[in-house]
Amino acid sequence: MRVMAQIAMVMNLDKCIGCHTCSVTCKQTWTNRTGVEYAWFNNVETKPGVGYPRRYEDQEKWKGGWTLDRKGRLVLRSGGRVKRLLSLFSNPDLPSIEDYYEPVTYDYDNLVSAPAGPDMPVARPRSVLTGEPTSITWGANWEDGLGGASEHAGGDPNLSGEWAEKVKFEFEQTFMFHLPRLCEHCLNPACVSACPSGAMYKREEDGIVLVDQDRCRGWRMCVTACPYKKVYVNHATGKAEKCTFCFPRIEAGQPTVCSETCVGRLRYLGLLLYDADRVGEAAATPNEQDLLDAQRGVFLDPFDPEVIAAARESGIPEDWLDAARRSPVYALVSKYKVALPLHPEYRTLPMVWYVPPLSPVLDAVTSAGGNQDDPDHVFAAVTRLRIPLEYLAELFTAGDTDVVGGVLMKLTALRSFMRERTLGEAGDESALKAVGLTAREAEDLHRLLAVAKYNDRYVVPAAHKEDAAALTAMENRCPVESSGEPAERKVMLGIPTLRRRDPDAPAGGHA
Amino acid sequence: MASFAAGSRFMSLIGGTLLSFYDWYADLPVASPQMFGDQTDVPEAADWWNAGYLVMWGSNIPVTRTPDAHFLTETRYNGTKVVAVSPDYADNVKFADEWMAPHPGTDGALAMAMGHVILREFLVDREVPYFRDYLRTYTDAPFLVALREGEHGLVPDGFLTAADLGRDEEHADAKTVLMDRTTGEAVVPGGSLGFRWGEAGRGRWNLELGDVVPELSLMETAEDTVRVALPRFDEGATEGGSVMVRGVPVKRVGGRLVTTVFDLMLAQYGVARPGLPGVWPLAYDDASQPYTPAWQETITSVPAEQAARIAREFARNAERTNGRSMIAMGAGTNHWFHSDTIYRAFLALTTMTGCQGVNGGGWAHYVGQEKVRPLTGFQHLAFAFDWQRPTRHMTGTSYWYLNTDQWRYEAFGPDELASPLGEGRFKGKAFADCLAQAVRLGWTPGHPGFNRNPLDLADEAAAEGRGVAEHVVDELKSGRLRFAAEDPDDPANFPRVLTVWRANLLGSSGKGNEYFLRHLLGTDAAVRSAESPEDERPEEVVWREEAPEGKLDLMVTMDFRMTSTALLADVVLPAATWYEKDDLSSTDMHPFVHAFTPAIAPPWQARTDYDTFLGIADRFSELAAEHLGTRTDVLAVPLAHDTPDELAQPGGVVRDWKKGECEPVPGRTMPKLVVVERDYAAVAQKIRAIGPLLDSLGTTTKGVTVHPDREIEELRHRNGTVRDGAGAGRPALATASDMCEAILALSGTTNGRLATEGFRELERQTGSEGLVELSAEREAERITFADTRTQPRAVMTSYEWSGSETGGRRYSPFVINVEHKKPWHTLTGRQHFFVQHDWMSELGEQLPVYRPPLNAIRHYGDEHLGEDGRAEVTVRYLTPHSKWSIHSNYQDNKYMLDLSRGGPVIWMSDADAEKIGVRDNEWIEAYNRNGVVAARAVVTHRMPEGTVYMYHAQDRNVNVPKTEITGKRGGMHNSLTRLLLKPTHLAGGYAQFTYAFNYYGPTGNQRDEVTVIRRRSQQVEY
Repeated sequence: MRVMAQIAMVMNLDKCIGCHTCSVTCKQTWTNRTGVEYAWFNNVETKPGVGYPRRYEDQEKWKGGWTLDRKGRLVLRSGGRVKRLLSLFSNPDLPSIEDYYEPVTYDYDNLVSAPAGPDMPVARPRSVLTGEPTSITWGANWEDGLGGASEHAGGDPNLSGEWAEKVKFEFEQTFMFHLPRLCEHCLNPACVSACPSGAMYKREEDGIVLVDQDRCRGWRMCVTACPYKKVYVNHATGKAEKCTFCFPRIEAGQPTVCSETCVGRLRYLGLLLYDADRVGEAAATPNEQDLLDAQRGVFLDPFDPEVIAAARESGIPEDWLDAARRSPVYALVSKYKVALPLHPEYRTLPMVWYVPPLSPVLDAVTSAGGNQDDPDHVFAAVTRLRIPLEYLAELFTAGDTDVVGGVLMKLTALRSFMRERTLGEAGDESALKAVGLTAREAEDLHRLLAVAKYNDRYVVPAAHKEDAAALTAMENRCPVESSGEPAERKVMLGIPTLRRRDPDAPAGGHA
Repeated sequence: MASFAAGSRFMSLIGGTLLSFYDWYADLPVASPQMFGDQTDVPEAADWWNAGYLVMWGSNIPVTRTPDAHFLTETRYNGTKVVAVSPDYADNVKFADEWMAPHPGTDGALAMAMGHVILREFLVDREVPYFRDYLRTYTDAPFLVALREGEHGLVPDGFLTAADLGRDEEHADAKTVLMDRTTGEAVVPGGSLGFRWGEAGRGRWNLELGDVVPELSLMETAEDTVRVALPRFDEGATEGGSVMVRGVPVKRVGGRLVTTVFDLMLAQYGVARPGLPGVWPLAYDDASQPYTPAWQETITSVPAEQAARIAREFARNAERTNGRSMIAMGAGTNHWFHSDTIYRAFLALTTMTGCQGVNGGGWAHYVGQEKVRPLTGFQHLAFAFDWQRPTRHMTGTSYWYLNTDQWRYEAFGPDELASPLGEGRFKGKAFADCLAQAVRLGWTPGHPGFNRNPLDLADEAAAEGRGVAEHVVDELKSGRLRFAAEDPDDPANFPRVLTVWRANLLGSSGKGNEYFLRHLLGTDAAVRSAESPEDERPEEVVWREEAPEGKLDLMVTMDFRMTSTALLADVVLPAATWYEKDDLSSTDMHPFVHAFTPAIAPPWQARTDYDTFLGIADRFSELAAEHLGTRTDVLAVPLAHDTPDELAQPGGVVRDWKKGECEPVPGRTMPKLVVVERDYAAVAQKIRAIGPLLDSLGTTTKGVTVHPDREIEELRHRNGTVRDGAGAGRPALATASDMCEAILALSGTTNGRLATEGFRELERQTGSEGLVELSAEREAERITFADTRTQPRAVMTSYEWSGSETGGRRYSPFVINVEHKKPWHTLTGRQHFFVQHDWMSELGEQLPVYRPPLNAIRHYGDEHLGEDGRAEVTVRYLTPHSKWSIHSNYQDNKYMLDLSRGGPVIWMSDADAEKIGVRDNEWIEAYNRNGVVAARAVVTHRMPEGTVYMYHAQDRNVNVPKTEITGKRGGMHNSLTRLLLKPTHLAGGYAQFTYAFNYYGPTGNQRDEVTVIRRRSQQVEY
């Protein structure tokens, strides 16, 4: 057991209001610059929909993430090292600007400077890429609120299963939810492994995946390899940029900007302890539907004395261990098991997880929403919700509807139990028991989801000053290991190496 | 607050006209003054947490109450059931357990059917004690209503009063009557209007019933049963609908045939009881009769079973929680012409289930978030009541209706709306005639006032050696003087100078935008409508053959963006943003007062509104010394709410002095005529100092007067004392920060001493005890401006509002009324299901009713151009609040444009798009008789067929091409709307119908509109 700690995130989609404040504050902080106008490290998608960039989830096309070869070994879907080196200068699996969108600005000055004329002046759109007037045909959030869905949303790669036949884009059948996305800061990051220059790296201290701007040579293999398409190319510098998990804030014990400004209060930040030795094994789990449990299996119980001892051995500070025990992410991911990873089948072991959303009942015509004769029976069965369980399963459980259904049942049982409480009754614990909760756990989960105090949502231990130098080190490796890899592949996966930087190197990165 | 107050204080001091906005934006829920005698008072967002059942009805909380939406998502984990009522699958629907999608504007039918179920199951078949006792104590349900013989049989006349009982006591005609169940006698309980104003009632204006048990229904003790004729609007040749006949139990009291409001309610809702005559629905599945669940399904499309079940759950939850069922209602239901009827149907639900005045329950109206919690200080300083009272408060909608000549484009008159049960009061009249009449009867304001300079009127009176009021009355009677409202196109009555600040009148809020452009500004405009045909023109208001264009001489705007208003203004004064000035804000969504503090100084030439108006005042006074001097002004002021004016016109009976039905008596049968001395050269001094009237008259808010003597003294120290001039010795208001300090010091919500003094006065009025205790815990506290700059401060419980924050409680309205038996400011002192006013009965709206959206196609005809055989579709045109802006603010921000579609869009269903061959993001044109819009289509199955949304407020300054139809710049969302006045919103002179600023007035509703849509050439020109 080699214990490592990662700062991870959970988003409760049941609370996301789709306000995009996270996107705007992120953009204002990180990508309000030339060359990354089109890049939104954090974006919020309306589901169902093709997303941003378009159909990024279609790995047949984009070749993101990992796959198992015939021998059951983990390989990058974008191909082995040789293939990728051969395509260095013409990577065929890159989204074009049209797949994102053409960024525009407006002739605002015309509103002030237009001469007197027969018409009110207007600010018309102009491409920031060409400087020419342009026509807006797509955007970073084109599908918001199901805009254009009847035309486009059928292209959502999650609607590829046979069950998807029954999803009809008709008024009576409408469903939607918002999916905020950022870099997953994966345990098994494909982008890091794909980088020919060693510019992408995963920090050993807290697992944040970063790009060394000095080392990046602009090969863009990371863009292809990331199945979430959360690495962007700055077209001014030619280098890769991505979500930094706001590491300067995290190091100071503060939440990321997207979390801090989350209006819906749906984000949680906290530590997860994991066994770095088992990451590769978990990522190579043969059955995709077992990946969820496999990844959970990599996470360690911060209350377990053995884990604590091993963590101390690895040099994890005491306050970090304490934070790991108070981690809301651990509670939602491992204790209550209400949070699920986005597309576990990509095998990157993502570290931003989601509580799936409840939704209204589908069938208003019958009395599905409750009981006609018993007005005290107000909640409907999970199976009658508008969002098809299969759809959520495509996103979060590699198609396993039982798992998603189980989470939604847990949330529904919690609501029913709390309803009885708020109506002044004791509450029926047998219903809770059926979903694996005790009354006490239900109260705690209620506190976490509903009361959701700032200090309970964000448990971020500050970096240790004595490690400060190491944190600025730009190590070029992924600190986790994949098992069963032939030696030549190991390089690409990255081997955990130094956690402290060369003391002779100048602070602030490589020369 | 300081930013608003700076301008309104200046305008008040010079005698300018101040336009109301809450009614103009159609954010005012007119049902609230009608039922509660209160402008608006709602729970803070955190109180959603306390609800056991929450219906979001036309309120898209995640989009329009973004910062508060988490309380909604979180209370679901408390087990709160959430229901969304919305015609489209709006953002909020995903947070609901159930979705009901009535056709737009039919919400009232659904609510009435829910009321039918609740009355049937919870108040008749089974009588829930909590509901019954609540109705007896806190509503007009047990009060007696006299019936009168009308053309169609017996109809409700009005409340039986102590005068009908032959009692000779003070204000007997304003004291309502109920039956005591114990004694079987008619009694006159305290708490009604007659107890509020006058010495005899002092201490009896409360809801205590003593041993009296009000009889809700006369069913058990009736002497007889009779048929009553009641209005219905779902059928009939006109908007006025037809008549249905139902039965009520009656008695003869005071010589009059009476029944109770509750009995009338059951008749109205169609809840049959054995032995009553009339035509009743047989069961819930009887679709032939209002107001059954099956009947509503034929109108709304909501399944009858679902409507009944939601009603049942809502009421059952209220029964189990003593009232913790809530309806959060919004613009989706409040922006209709008949919104007041929709709202009354909602409020009937929350009231009959005892949810009003209960934490976690009741109405939660969120349209506009205006709630100036430090109300007293704000309104006295903002309107310069420290120097002179009153000011020229004007209803915004009436003002624009007349001055933009929208009144000249009517296709039908008010009689179209009248119920067959009415008395033909509107026959031959136009809407403008109704307005003119309401002005001269003192119901609603009519500023600028007369067709002669009021300063000259005062001079004439002085020359003739008589009182100004006497002179004005004589001149009016003789016809030599007329109200300006009677001839809006007389150049003498034009508005000449318009100052806009904190608003985008011509790019956001101006309903009938193209009419503004044509008539007010005289610019190009896309009005396509013909003027009213001759038989629809006013009978009294002067019709001039040539409609004036370009009435304004000068338009000034203050802004930090180039909005349409700025683009069209003569002068643009660069304004500071929120981050560049000192100010205060508060809202109804949370209990805090917030400070704005400048992060940077206003850049370049920008100034804060406060400094701008002080600068203007300086130059004005300088010029005034030479040109104006000191003059006497005379104001025609409508009969005012929360004053003894409420007694002026008993029963809401219309008596028109101009028709010889009575004498013109200022303050009784016509507006009050109030004289104000104006030393124009002293304006700059007065605006900078707190005037002496606060010492002599104190402050008065909602009928409660307090004396801020100590506070004035304290402000001398905090703000400094003015040395010279008109304000010498007075506390200074030299800066916005001074203004904020003064607002906080003079308000009960932020000054515990004043809160307590107000409650003490309220205890004297009501005779209730325990009110002072509400503010006792924070009596010593003073929230200063410095406090608010440190962090937002939670306000204190105050007499200025009806809820309580005492003990850290979440704010919910009417908690003080319910828990301390303090009357509502209405005729009975209770919440009204039945309202009494001649104009209300004329429209058939005495009781909750369902009125459909106006039938635009019938009134305006088929508006299809049908050029070159192009496919077109006529659809309902709605302008809901947008996700990407707050009104027009931010809609032109690059990030918001990036996240939306980069310019104006219209959302439409895939079915409608298919009809006209339009794909997502293609350019379309929407047009009707009011104007033309060019926009891109957002095609989605989320929208119901037959309805499009053009989100409010997409200004025409970004990515708006020229239209094919006009060849001119495309319009904005309000280019397709036009004002329509509802006459009942002008009713006044009596009880809760009296006027106050932003409290009562016609709404600038805009949802009963339709538009034609067609695909246009995809080659656009800018």
